[in-house]
Amino acid sequence: MNKKTFSLNMFILTLVFLYLPLIVLIVQSFNSGMGGDWDGFSLKWYDELFNHSARLWTSFKYSIIIALTSAGISTAIGTLGAISLKWYTFKHKKYLQIISYLPLVLPDIIMGVSLLILFTSIKFKLGLITIFLAHTTFNIPFVLFIVLSRLHDFDYSIVEAAYDLGATEKQALTKVVLPNLMPGIISGLLMSITLSLDDFVITFFVAGPGSSTLPLHIYSMIKFGVSPIINALSVILIAGTIALAMSTKKIQKYMV
Amino acid sequence: MKNQRSGLVYSAPITLWLTLLFVVPTLIVIVYSFLKKGTYGGVEWIFSANGYNFFSSSYFLKVVWNTVEISVAATVITVLIAIPVALYIATSKYKNFLLFLIIVPFWTNFLIRIYSWIALLGNNGLLNKLFIKLGLEPHQFLYNKSAVILVSVYAYLPYAILPLYSAIEKFDFAMIDAARDLGASKMTAYSKTFLPNIKPGIITATLFTFIPALGSYAIPKLVGGNNSQMLGNIIARELTITRNWPKAAAISTILTIVTVAFIFTLSKYDKDHKGGDV
Repeated sequence: MNKKTFSLNMFILTLVFLYLPLIVLIVQSFNSGMGGDWDGFSLKWYDELFNHSARLWTSFKYSIIIALTSAGISTAIGTLGAISLKWYTFKHKKYLQIISYLPLVLPDIIMGVSLLILFTSIKFKLGLITIFLAHTTFNIPFVLFIVLSRLHDFDYSIVEAAYDLGATEKQALTKVVLPNLMPGIISGLLMSITLSLDDFVITFFVAGPGSSTLPLHIYSMIKFGVSPIINALSVILIAGTIALAMSTKKIQKYMV
Repeated sequence: MKNQRSGLVYSAPITLWLTLLFVVPTLIVIVYSFLKKGTYGGVEWIFSANGYNFFSSSYFLKVVWNTVEISVAATVITVLIAIPVALYIATSKYKNFLLFLIIVPFWTNFLIRIYSWIALLGNNGLLNKLFIKLGLEPHQFLYNKSAVILVSVYAYLPYAILPLYSAIEKFDFAMIDAARDLGASKMTAYSKTFLPNIKPGIITATLFTFIPALGSYAIPKLVGGNNSQMLGNIIARELTITRNWPKAAAISTILTIVTVAFIFTLSKYDKDHKGGDV
């Protein structure tokens, strides 16, 4: 089976390609020297990172605040939107479908540019609030489509059963629809948090002075050149995301 | 239930939000692209098509060419690598674990992934330090088109592997045996049964790679040189440094139109040729 050997080789090469740069970062983060030479094992870059990088931690705090708030709001808005698209008819349905699909497919930079132009022309001060507005805007369509795909498997007869038993519309929504939709809503929420924490380009345009998020701070560090502190930070971020992903996987298993 | 009013209530927040923060800004960009440039950024409310008069600039045409060349090369290479990789994963016993291995590196921040290549191949990177140690001349690996293509492939590879994987997983490999039994060569069997059946996956993988590549900003900025800047870099420069807003708006408008046209053509092509959904 030489097709199989070919695809196996490609797979192995791809793994090397994907992991090699990250492994280099991890190894270098424990190198007490600054470059290629191995000057001995050291945790000094971690010390620098944790004890002497106040601005980095401020930007990290901003990133977390924005990720949580924008994910919360966009999950609420996107979930209601998905329910409306799936089960209701209204005049502007087609319009809503188009405007929630387009932001997903347009390159990020276009949203960044248009929001910057919007905020500047209405003289809205750039800062954490504009970053929050931008992140919520790009998160809403993702939540909408994740929840909508879960709604395709939703058994609508349980909602009808609730109505037959005398539930009001509000009761049907809060006691039947939302609890049953919870796994989808949580996936949407986690997706929004991830996208918000990772976003660089859109944030780059709508951030003001003094409102750097973690990716913006990393960007300014990279522009200064190779820094061992970034290596240490990368290791912490990689370990953190893996731990987080593992635990959310477990949480999700319990939720389903 | 299903009364009109609840539909309006549920859809109102999302409609309002996306109208105010997506539709309105997009329209403002289009309007601005036809206005006169303000002296210190911004615009004057006088009609002018000057924003669009960049086609006479040879630098601009070069950047358009860079953008197309880099995006096409990155997309072709990414899809060509992704097909055999996705094929291997889809036919393996350990699908979930292998997919996990592919996804893990992408839990890292996007900028850190770019930075990892600078740490490896940069002028002060690991490889050059090694070169010097071995008595070789250091070499500038980064700051050219190939570097932008390499890092773009690195950044977009999983977005191509995942849709290809789900297309290949649905493929019935007995079709290849059948074609072989009927006398087709191995090549013919793959190109007549396998490729047409995974086409929706190829189309999605192409979209997921080509569109973000067209709008690249960070990758050419950090690992590209002067001769490998892309449209995203020019837009940012016109907006923040040169302060020619109509021009930035005009380039954004054109990029939007090209993207929408590209998606429309590909999805129409997909439908005409009876592709599944992805």
